Amino acid sequence: MKLLLTVAFALLSACGASAQEITIGLTMGATGPGASLGIHYKNAFQLMPKTIAGSPVKFIIYEDKTDATEAAKNARKLISEDKVDAVMGSVSVPSTTQIAQIATELKTPLLALSPVALSPDKLEWVFVVPQPTPLMMGAVVEHMKAHGIKTVGYIGFSDSWGDLVLAATEKEGGPAGIQIVTNERYGRADTSVTGQVLKVLAANPDAIVVGGSGTGGALPHVAFVERGYKKQIYHNHGTVNREFIKVGGKAVEGAIAPTGPLIVPEDLPDDNPIKPVALDFTKRYEQTFGEGSRNAFAGYSYDAFLLLNAAVPAALQKAKPGTPEFRQALRDALENVHNVVGTHGIYSMSPKDHSGLDSRARVLVHVDNGTWRLLK
Amino acid sequence: MNTAIALWLSQDAVMNGAIYALLALGLIVVYTVTRVILVPQGEFISYAALSLATLQAGAVPGTVYLLIIAGVSVALVDTIALVRRSPNRGAASATSPRNDASGAIARILFWNVLVPLLVAAAAWWSASRRDLLVLQVLVTIAIVTPMGPMLYRLAFQPLANASILVLLIVAVAVHYMMTGLGLVFFGGEGLRSQMFPGLTFQLGILSITGQSIAVVITAVVLILVLAVLFGRTLYGKALRATAINRIGARLVGISAEFSGRLAFTLAALIGAVSGILISPITTIYYDTGFLISLKGFVGAIIGGMTSYPAAAIGAVMVAFLESFSSFWASAFKESIVFTLIIPVLLWRSLTAQRIEEDEEP
Repeated sequence: MKLLLTVAFALLSACGASAQEITIGLTMGATGPGASLGIHYKNAFQLMPKTIAGSPVKFIIYEDKTDATEAAKNARKLISEDKVDAVMGSVSVPSTTQIAQIATELKTPLLALSPVALSPDKLEWVFVVPQPTPLMMGAVVEHMKAHGIKTVGYIGFSDSWGDLVLAATEKEGGPAGIQIVTNERYGRADTSVTGQVLKVLAANPDAIVVGGSGTGGALPHVAFVERGYKKQIYHNHGTVNREFIKVGGKAVEGAIAPTGPLIVPEDLPDDNPIKPVALDFTKRYEQTFGEGSRNAFAGYSYDAFLLLNAAVPAALQKAKPGTPEFRQALRDALENVHNVVGTHGIYSMSPKDHSGLDSRARVLVHVDNGTWRLLK
Repeated sequence: MNTAIALWLSQDAVMNGAIYALLALGLIVVYTVTRVILVPQGEFISYAALSLATLQAGAVPGTVYLLIIAGVSVALVDTIALVRRSPNRGAASATSPRNDASGAIARILFWNVLVPLLVAAAAWWSASRRDLLVLQVLVTIAIVTPMGPMLYRLAFQPLANASILVLLIVAVAVHYMMTGLGLVFFGGEGLRSQMFPGLTFQLGILSITGQSIAVVITAVVLILVLAVLFGRTLYGKALRATAINRIGARLVGISAEFSGRLAFTLAALIGAVSGILISPITTIYYDTGFLISLKGFVGAIIGGMTSYPAAAIGAVMVAFLESFSSFWASAFKESIVFTLIIPVLLWRSLTAQRIEEDEEP
């Protein structure tokens, strides 16, 4: 009898739990061309809490090999078969754009972990966690203005990331009277950028902006330094990791890049509300994945979770997880989160703004004695 | 564009062209001897470059474990094949068959188990000695080169008589497997090894690094060694004979399996040397090698997959096209380089005589 009761009780509580369990789906490219970023995005899920606003949370993680078609397939499967309450992903702009279209079609909230190439009116179900590229490059442009830079040579990846960084630099730099004089492109796997570097140097710009990411940003930087370029070289927030410095060595000393506060939480003033959140996350991340392994991408995954964490209580009051009503309620709640402190910034969403970040979400860092430090 | 820029671009092209030419030669050796289009050639480049960088960073690269596992697998496969074959052999051979078999097993174990273990020990020992750059280079070559014949034994020898298409599909599968393992071993970020200490000197406006001279000299020396190997030595002649007529070669006592292993060893060695040569010049990722060897492949296609000199010239042509298009239209560089293959193929298919594959069983 006692046994029967226990079993019945266990079954009941199991039912109760599963009724309230929140399921989150992730499609991520931890292999393929985006692997260097995707691995970090995925790593963060090892550090996620087991509950979200008191309800147990289950993560379903699929691999998309940095392939937009594969990412779209995963997103469809997550929503229609696994019945997730929210989707996260993915590593590249084309992949995330595909997922965004499917999330909108199937009416499931998406926390985009990379920028999305869609106009704001198509983002009804999409919330973009990373800082908008113009916000980041705006910080670079401010630094240029302060140092009297008028002409900029651009060299970037021959993919959508290279396009985004160029567009953001043009958008922010145009009103500031900064002119972009070259638009050279290269591939991550190129063995040489001599041609592009010579073309940029022939234009003799006041500064150079590199639109690469990770260690890929080091190749042109080193080539410029080898050719005797002495002026400032700027990078973007995709480049800020320790591998970039390891590969670039002495040549990249002095490089300036925008990034989220979680790269340099130790250097932030104590009254910055982001400091404790970022410090806690980087500490836990480095405990698990090694000293110096901190990076922006894991922070985006974590911030996506924090956003859900803030939105779920309101949604739970309206509907049960696993239902279309809950997904609708979750979307509405996400649109109304206010002052959610993440590792990258402070998110305040509105129907017009599905990014919710402001200039508190960016800092300028520079390579100082072989590490990224806050530029003061 | 002025003369200075044209000179710089040419300097760059000559260096890359030397590497592409080496790779084109490796591809042709393997293709003519075994009819395998060696898609995983590029992985040897990545493995070598990244293993060297890992050794220099003071760690033992994951490729060492792959070498040991592959070696043990080859030993197992070879021993099983030997045991299966031995009853017939034993009956035929008059002198003590047991001794013969145990000698063969000892040989198999020596080459496939003991040698990889020795290489692993050397890797472990040299990882902690950062000043011994030359030793680390040699260890890297010793790690990557044996993977060639092992790969042949495990993936291609059992299919030696399959059609070119089947061999190509297997080659693509091996490529994906090795790329995936590369990601596991080295992670997604790129690595760069230290520059070989050397001189930089000024020739007119060109500043020439010791590294780029080393690349060109090594490539030229390797090409000459290959020419001597094919023209003068018995092994080289055996390879050539197999390339020209597989059945005829077998009839005169040249083992197709031996030729295959030799061809793959050469290809892996060429890949390893190329990887080591370029690793201080550029950032190498786990998947970079494929793109580099693809450019060597375009060179090899220009040579019709048979002619070594034409392939070498084709490879240098690819490098020049790449270098100059990176100056004029950098966004379309790869498209321009790979579009080159279309007119070449057209011209080839119009001029060359078609050889029916079915003629050879």
